[in-house]
Amino acid sequence: MQRIGVFVCHCGSNIAATVDVKKVAEMARLEPGVVFADDYQYMCSEAGQAKIGAAIKEYNLTGLVVCSCSPRMHEATFRKCAERYGLNPYMVEIANIREHCSWIHKDMEEATQKAVILARAAIAKVNLNAPLQAGESRVTKRALVIGGGIAGIQTALDIADAGYEVDIVEKTPSIGGRMSQLDKTFPTLDCSACILTPKMVDAAGHEKIKIYTYSEVEKVSGFVGDFTVDIRKKARSVDEAKCTGCGVCQEKCPSKKTPSEFNRGLNNRSAIYTPFAQAIPNVPVIDREACIKFKTGKCGVCEKVCQAGAINYAQEDEIITEKYGAIVVATGFDTIKLDKYDEYAYSQSKDVITSLELERIMNAAGPTKGHLERLSDGKAPKEIVFVQCVGSRCSDERGKPYCSKICCMYTAKHAMLIRDKYPDVNVTVFYIDVRTPGKNFDEFYRRAVEEYGVNYIKGQVGKVAPQPDGSLLVQGSDLIDNKQIKIKADMVVLATAIEPNQGVRNIATMLTASIDTNNFLTEAHPKLRPVESPTAGVFLSGVCQGPKDIPETVSQAGAAAVKVIGLLAKDKLTTNPCTAQADELLCNGCSNCAKVCPYGAITYETRQVNDHGIREDRRIAVVNKALCQGCGACTVTCPSGAMDLQGFSNRQLIAEVDAICR
Amino acid sequence: MQEVKNRALALLKDGTVKRVLGWRIGENTYDPEPAFFESEEDMQTFVYNNFCAANLSKYMIEASKLEGKTLVCLKPCDSYSFNQLLSEHRVDREKTYIIGVGCKGKLSIENVKRAGVKGILSVNDTDPLQVETLYGNTEVSYKAAMLDRCHVCKGKEHVVYDELIGESEDTSTADRFAQVQMIEAMSPAEKFAFFQKELSKCIRCNACRNVCPACSCRKCVFDSDKFDSAQKANVDSFEEKMFHIIRAFHVAGRCTDCGECSRVCPQGIPLHLFNRKFIKDINTLYGEYQAGADAEARGPLTSFTADDAEPSVVAEGGTK
Repeated sequence: MQRIGVFVCHCGSNIAATVDVKKVAEMARLEPGVVFADDYQYMCSEAGQAKIGAAIKEYNLTGLVVCSCSPRMHEATFRKCAERYGLNPYMVEIANIREHCSWIHKDMEEATQKAVILARAAIAKVNLNAPLQAGESRVTKRALVIGGGIAGIQTALDIADAGYEVDIVEKTPSIGGRMSQLDKTFPTLDCSACILTPKMVDAAGHEKIKIYTYSEVEKVSGFVGDFTVDIRKKARSVDEAKCTGCGVCQEKCPSKKTPSEFNRGLNNRSAIYTPFAQAIPNVPVIDREACIKFKTGKCGVCEKVCQAGAINYAQEDEIITEKYGAIVVATGFDTIKLDKYDEYAYSQSKDVITSLELERIMNAAGPTKGHLERLSDGKAPKEIVFVQCVGSRCSDERGKPYCSKICCMYTAKHAMLIRDKYPDVNVTVFYIDVRTPGKNFDEFYRRAVEEYGVNYIKGQVGKVAPQPDGSLLVQGSDLIDNKQIKIKADMVVLATAIEPNQGVRNIATMLTASIDTNNFLTEAHPKLRPVESPTAGVFLSGVCQGPKDIPETVSQAGAAAVKVIGLLAKDKLTTNPCTAQADELLCNGCSNCAKVCPYGAITYETRQVNDHGIREDRRIAVVNKALCQGCGACTVTCPSGAMDLQGFSNRQLIAEVDAICR
Repeated sequence: MQEVKNRALALLKDGTVKRVLGWRIGENTYDPEPAFFESEEDMQTFVYNNFCAANLSKYMIEASKLEGKTLVCLKPCDSYSFNQLLSEHRVDREKTYIIGVGCKGKLSIENVKRAGVKGILSVNDTDPLQVETLYGNTEVSYKAAMLDRCHVCKGKEHVVYDELIGESEDTSTADRFAQVQMIEAMSPAEKFAFFQKELSKCIRCNACRNVCPACSCRKCVFDSDKFDSAQKANVDSFEEKMFHIIRAFHVAGRCTDCGECSRVCPQGIPLHLFNRKFIKDINTLYGEYQAGADAEARGPLTSFTADDAEPSVVAEGGTK
């Protein structure tokens, strides 16, 4: 029989305001196995933990139930506490009476009743707990960064500078990401390329960094410290070792009608292309969909003009398998599609553009060579309207509920730059709120208003109507003056909401990393573990976790790198002892568990068993404890109940359910 | 069928197989029973007629442990069960010699009685059936005497065999899921009443469990002291509702719908309906799947694809 101590936490008023904690302790005392129960204001505090320690000694406790917050928050804390006072850490169970109870209920009586039931379930479980011993696993001292934008580059550089090997996998033909598409950056207005390209060069030249561009992660197996990843290196059709990057092939390529991804489709590129002049690596790829040679078999111009003999039409995709100790997701963002926003006439007029398109127009290397002009007729615009929150902070299904965070600042930047370069152009900004929290951000916005005379109007745009004369009639409301406004504009710029990059769902699935309803990757804890995924060994860098500007992205990238370095610096990791185990007398050897195991942890062996005197050779499931992550998929698949999870045995779970239903 | 008997005997004699798994003449013409035959003398009682309904696949689990090859006679639908057991490593293909025997639908004496025939003395398996009764001779049409499961026949193809003897016929005449749909259309109260009525008849003889090829655990959870289900199953109300439901869950995705459970139930409970509901849901949610059709295939419940139905859809029992 266990000797169980129950400790009910008030969590200040977080729990105690809704749950009668004294009553919970009192009721717990009546449960089988419980020899001590008490409540305290903050169980996790030093004093609270000392209370637990004292009770362990005084009452010779063999198991603990802490009624407090989610185990995700403090299970580790209380396990450590138990260990400090001589108890096996796996003799601790948490009854979550905060997230699962006090926070979601209003009625004290009901909430108290539920807390008592939750405590009862945890007590029933501890009654069947057994001490568990954690094992050890190795750490592969190499990190993988998925995504080669500023977030990925910065994370990789920081990890590499600490002396660890890092591989970057980038989907597009070049690293650089969204930042490489930007013209100037707020709030200092330095040119994006000038600060990004040196970092790209650093990454490419770093002896510890290996960059796989035009590549995608295809398969991930293993676990923290020991991931195995298949990387598909897509056929470039150009030999990276031979190509000198002279660019002749791109000039001579006769297929020049593919919209340039880099320039957001504002102009065209050739079938063989590098996305931009500063691309790293400076090796083009052949877009096989657009290439005449691949489509018709007749052409081969690039092969003829290539002095280096680097063109290789027969190149095939290559699968590279590599081991990693840690994986960083830095997959970034894209702007949302505007097909549901007909009122802004984006699809009807070439002069209604997104802010990212404006970046390309304002960029000296962009489709208009940096000259601000209307894409419809090439004329210089005199009246420009910016519309904020297009798809951001949106209450209906068309857009996103969140604030994209960067738009207020880049719009102030755009407005300021236009007014600076073209003082004769009128600039109007329609906004819901102007949000400028950040160092020197509000000063920057005020400069746009006060020094550059940008006309800010609080209100939303209802309609943009293309006129027969080529102008755009913008109808909006001015909430401060309480009137409707009509502006005859030459150009309209939409601050389009950002969303996580397509494909992140797929990556999250491969990594078993959780994702929220907006496809942003979830942190292990929103405040205390913001750069870690709840999946051990997976870290988050940049906008894949939530909207961010460049300074924030770079800080988060560095933070993710530190977490990775902290992991890679270890020689051994403590493994979770809550792993599966097959009862050889019950196992049918049917292989169903091996089929569902996401970690490939189950194999079979034929061995002699002694089943109550009958000796026979049987096919029995064997779990590799180092690979098993304790997910429990095998235990529910096993038809005979032979598979059981230590620490979460079938009996324990049924005991919990029984306790709840009692 | 003499040809099956002759061939089995020949293989037994030349040492290809050590024993034959088939059917033995029963007390009456209509109740042949599964049996092992190890000698020519044994084989005298071997029979294969249209009353040989029993699915012999499951016996191969124990036969696989014996020395030497076992010859087993499998009808087309039995071969699915064998294949499923093969995929679960429960039978040894190397130790099995399969004669795929022809089947034109199997007969049930219960159905003859259901057709209103009383005082049966003997019956032959011709079409129509000639029945000798206390009250004189009568006829019953073959279709009327056919097992319910044969009206939703899986087809005339054997999915695994070493040789085939005799012709098979696809005898399906009914929609496999019609009964399930009928129950689905009931209100929750009606469904409960329906199953309460049916399952209350259960006497826990375990015939369904013992005959089921998917129910082949070395130790059943209901017999094991390792699980609390053993004690719980003895509680009356639990027994009615839970034993068969737990059993259906345990065989979900692996049940080939061989229909043996309903055939052997002495109380006439339509147990196959539970399994068929699972099969229907699996087909709707994950695409058509027939357990046992391919021994190499991964069942939909033990494989994952990115376009699997979301759990919310599954919970609602809806379609993709």
